[in-house]
Amino acid sequence: MSPTSGSPPILETRGITKRFSGVCALADVDFAVRPGEVHALIGENGAGKSTLLKILAGVQMPDSGQILMDGEPVVVDSVHTALGLGIVLIHQELNLSDNLDVGANIFLGREPRRFGCIDFAHIRKQAQYYLDMVALDVDPATVVSQLAIGRQQMVEIAKALSVNARILIMDEPTSSLSRLEAENLFNVIRQLQNQGVAIIYISHRLGEVREIADRVSVLRDGENAGSLSREEIDHDRMVHLMVGRDISQFYVRREQVTGEPELVVKDICTTAWPQHRLSFEVHAGEMVGLAGLVGAGRSEVVRALFGIDPLLAGEVRLQGRKLELRGPSDAIEAGLALVPEDRKQQGLILEMGIRENIGLAGLRRHRQAGTFLNRSRERDDANRMLRDLKIKAESDRQLPQYLSGGNQQKVVLGKWLVLEPRVLLLDEPTRGVDVGAKQVIYRLMEKLTERGVAILFVSSEMEEVLSMSDRTLVMHEGRIAGELQRHELSEESVMQLATGRSDVPA
Amino acid sequence: MKKNLGIFSLLMFVCVVTALLSEGFLSEFNIENLIRRTALFGIISIGAAFVIITGGIDLSIGSVVCLIGCLVPWLLVEQGLSVWWTLPIAFCVSLGIGLFHGLLITKLRLQPFVVTLCGLLIYRGLTRGFLNDQTSGFRGQFEGVRQLSLGMISLPGTDVGVPMPWMILILVAVAAMIFLNLTIYGRYLFALGRNEEAARYSGINTDRMIILAYVICSLLSGLGGLLFVFDVGSAQPVDFGNFYELYAIAAAVLGGCSLRGGEGSIVGVILGTAVMRVLKNSITMIDQIPNKIEFAVIGAVILGGVMIDELLKRLAARRRTTSRVKDSHLAE
Repeated sequence: MSPTSGSPPILETRGITKRFSGVCALADVDFAVRPGEVHALIGENGAGKSTLLKILAGVQMPDSGQILMDGEPVVVDSVHTALGLGIVLIHQELNLSDNLDVGANIFLGREPRRFGCIDFAHIRKQAQYYLDMVALDVDPATVVSQLAIGRQQMVEIAKALSVNARILIMDEPTSSLSRLEAENLFNVIRQLQNQGVAIIYISHRLGEVREIADRVSVLRDGENAGSLSREEIDHDRMVHLMVGRDISQFYVRREQVTGEPELVVKDICTTAWPQHRLSFEVHAGEMVGLAGLVGAGRSEVVRALFGIDPLLAGEVRLQGRKLELRGPSDAIEAGLALVPEDRKQQGLILEMGIRENIGLAGLRRHRQAGTFLNRSRERDDANRMLRDLKIKAESDRQLPQYLSGGNQQKVVLGKWLVLEPRVLLLDEPTRGVDVGAKQVIYRLMEKLTERGVAILFVSSEMEEVLSMSDRTLVMHEGRIAGELQRHELSEESVMQLATGRSDVPA
Repeated sequence: MKKNLGIFSLLMFVCVVTALLSEGFLSEFNIENLIRRTALFGIISIGAAFVIITGGIDLSIGSVVCLIGCLVPWLLVEQGLSVWWTLPIAFCVSLGIGLFHGLLITKLRLQPFVVTLCGLLIYRGLTRGFLNDQTSGFRGQFEGVRQLSLGMISLPGTDVGVPMPWMILILVAVAAMIFLNLTIYGRYLFALGRNEEAARYSGINTDRMIILAYVICSLLSGLGGLLFVFDVGSAQPVDFGNFYELYAIAAAVLGGCSLRGGEGSIVGVILGTAVMRVLKNSITMIDQIPNKIEFAVIGAVILGGVMIDELLKRLAARRRTTSRVKDSHLAE
């Protein structure tokens, strides 16, 4: 067992359960971390990792269960209480005020005062002390925005140390760090470990988990699926624990006969990962899934194909014709459509009627006499979509603002379906959508492929990828790590590729 | 429509109160003057509305009024240019200013407030420097073209005369209404004003539409400058058009435009302008109100109007939620 297994846990949870509107995010989770231990917490998207750490950090309260510190039960009802207990959470997106300097950030909200004014000299001296502890060589008077992201992270850690953190929770700390910065972070983590600080380390990157963790706990569907001690940690075991569940047969797609290549993408570069070139094709009537972990660059691919982000290189062909993608209007003209990731921000104009939303992308195509709105067409299209997609709304004049997530998503789909696209790009088509609406959306996707529409969909939901895609492209850190045919498709094979293992088990 | 009814009631209220408290208010001369001024301010307020609908702001309106108002008499009188040269030049200058604002806001992503605030300072400063603070006027010439502001058109079959600016306002307003409500570009403006990102994801060239809005605003400011100087006969670079951007923005907001963008109607803007003008007029006409507190009165009335509007909106929202709760109970 791990070298620190002899000492009693500093923090322990017993039977933590948390529900969100009926959905169980955490079920009866037991978890413990010892002083001086780096305890990695892994799991698929939506397995409950962030809920657990939010509960530990006092952002949310559990519905039932206990948290124990040094064997004593405690109630962590606010971030303030958590800080008082020495539990500090470092978010994935750093929480620094980048307009202020390093010292001011470390003491934000707890500024030492002298004669009622901020005691800058004291801040400077103290800040320097904590910066030395994390071996960060910057002047406390440096404005945070001038530091590279890896150094900003060190400032966060210094800040955590300044409140005498005993338990440091790090949520994907390396997601935006370079390899060198990550190495530096690991060194600091090891030092903290020697000082007896317990570290809970959440990561998708199994390689670094193996490198840094004394112990790994795996969350799966809100449950603790098991733990591995230092010597048991290896890639295959971790993946197996992450995915080892039966796939519920919630939607079965019929076998499809696919046609000619409809969309051919050759050597494209996206702004997010300019160092990688991507090539793939989608055939008419084919449903291709784009799987991978959050941040692997999937959304960037569909955004580039739709002309939202510029293509840095390469070419996109539709039915053999090269596309000139200067913006979404070019893509729409060519017959592409995109159901974007963020429905409320990118997909809908929440305060404009359903009718106007459904008509929005088609205004240009259906215009009359050069510039005039085709109001009757707009009304008919909207009402046809309300019927066909079973959108539950009072009328087509209702504002999408007051619809459920599923119905909102159907409105977004309706906006594109009236244009009868040849290629449909979907980014997380069923995120935040109830089961009933999911079925409608899946059936619709299937019907479209039967009509010969080529579909490329990004999804973080394993079940969706497994049941819907004819072929799956798996992305890992900006490149396509592999392609899986329907018969090769399994949760394990996807996760192997998504976590960066190059050799796919047959 | 409901909103316009509210602002129309406010207009009627102010008119009735003023008519009761002052004898001169309903005189033919005063009414005609009021209509003329409302029309002139209405034109620049419509321009402001276009920009506000996109979620932006134009603070340079008053300075563009000053620039064009001083430029036109200078070109005609000092330079001896013909009307057929002068008007196209004024048009191009206004268009250029709008294009300049629009490009800075969309391509360089500068904030509209900052860009047009600098415009406010620059155009007035340039005009003052260029004319050395000398008044620019027509000196009794060009009576023909000045009829655009001074003239009256008698309605056919009656002896009722309508001031020319009012006819111009009607033309501008009808064109604006058609553009905003019946063309796809109007819909684009409302859509991007509410949510620029979603509009872009729907294939709308949002940059081009925003530039167009600033161009329309500056063109209408220029037209306003032209008609204002035709009306008064001369313009002083120091204060010609001072504060006009604020009158225009206030009228647009009073008329139902939201500074958050995506909302507004032309009829509302014209009613809003009328309220502003009648208020100003009534302060002059009613002896009990000292002229010095003019701004305070205008400010208080607008604030009151906006507050009542907000409270009514909340009331409506609350009623909607309670009825929704009832519905869901019934559904269960």
